[in-house]
Amino acid sequence: MKEIERSTRNNLEGIGGWLNPSRYGWERISYWLQRLTGVFLLIYFIGHVYETSTIVNGQNAWESFLELTQTVWGHLFLIMVIGASTFHSANGIRLIFTHAGIGLGTPGRPDYPYNPASLNYRQKSGIWIALILAAAAMFYGFNVLFGV
Amino acid sequence: MNNTAIDNKNEQKITLKVYRENRGQDSGSHHDTFEVPYKKWTTVLDALLYVKSYMDPSVAIRYSCRMASCGSCGMKINGVPKLACYTKISELEKSTIECEPLSNFPIIRDLVTDFSRFFNHHKSMQPYIQTNDSTEADTSKGTFSFYQSPEDVDKYLQFSYCINCGLCYSACPTVGTDLNFPGPQALAQQYRYFADTRDESKKRLDIVDDRHGIWRCHFAGSCSKVCPKGVDPALGIQLLRSYMLGISKNDKVPAKKIEVNGNNNNNNGADTE
Repeated sequence: MKEIERSTRNNLEGIGGWLNPSRYGWERISYWLQRLTGVFLLIYFIGHVYETSTIVNGQNAWESFLELTQTVWGHLFLIMVIGASTFHSANGIRLIFTHAGIGLGTPGRPDYPYNPASLNYRQKSGIWIALILAAAAMFYGFNVLFGV
Repeated sequence: MNNTAIDNKNEQKITLKVYRENRGQDSGSHHDTFEVPYKKWTTVLDALLYVKSYMDPSVAIRYSCRMASCGSCGMKINGVPKLACYTKISELEKSTIECEPLSNFPIIRDLVTDFSRFFNHHKSMQPYIQTNDSTEADTSKGTFSFYQSPEDVDKYLQFSYCINCGLCYSACPTVGTDLNFPGPQALAQQYRYFADTRDESKKRLDIVDDRHGIWRCHFAGSCSKVCPKGVDPALGIQLLRSYMLGISKNDKVPAKKIEVNGNNNNNNGADTE
């Protein structure tokens, strides 16, 4: 409640700001996906550690838990994990380079219509490559898990 | 709202939804709707001033130059931070335009927001040239100018075009969740002075090296997207960070000082020209 009051007083966008990526172009969508996939993978890793820890309760416990991933919904969840981890890794590599100042262009004398050097075709290509790789990995995972 | 001021029925009209709130009266918020005539060159600021002149003089807006130089009329137009004087109604291609105060700035009244925190972050970056030579301020010993090549100027010039309009600060998703984050404007200004060969401060990187500082930028790029002057704050922030990570080497050679009037002062050992 206090957080809501603070947010209202300061007119902060809060988490709702990054949950709406539609207003600022592909770079903001990439930021949104990087965050969503990051949170999703964190939840997956916690579940994964719990899943693997069931082996201490014996082989039956391990196998019965593993059966959860052998359902249609389990397969779809794993395909999401494949897509999320591929996008997060590929886009993360792009961000490592940008944080190091690589691939951003150089400062100059801005002229109308003021296209920012940092939001150049290299960045947009990097985002698209990450998306395409994630789609390809999900497609491959779908073929393997569903045996199409 | 009844609009008696418009008599030309053939004139194009736009529906303007304006956010209304008065924090002083604590009466809650709502939107007022106005039908405003416009032509192809009418800006959102023109439309708001029309509302103030003929429909509701109590609408609070902040503006000054009307030519995208002062940075006063920043507001969210259809959800995106823009300068009202720099946004033509015809270019928006919408039948309804929603004007709201900038996000991440406390609201004072209607579309007017409080820039105190924004300016405090700006001041905390020490946005002025700092040199090691204390005699510079003493004009009785002569005045000096600095020699900078066009290449030296290009390294910081675009960042000096910032008009402090606050659009980048409003668009930044990190500012939206962390009030202690200086924001794109302040961080880009830090780079502007860091890259300036006249500046000799050794503390610039330390100022932003904080867990609420430059490391919280995640390069969403929204700041550069909304900047009306081509400052590209995201570029400045990433370049500054590359120096902090040691990827880029700071090989800045301090600018030579040239006598303009009075005595020479060449504390860098450079020849007087």
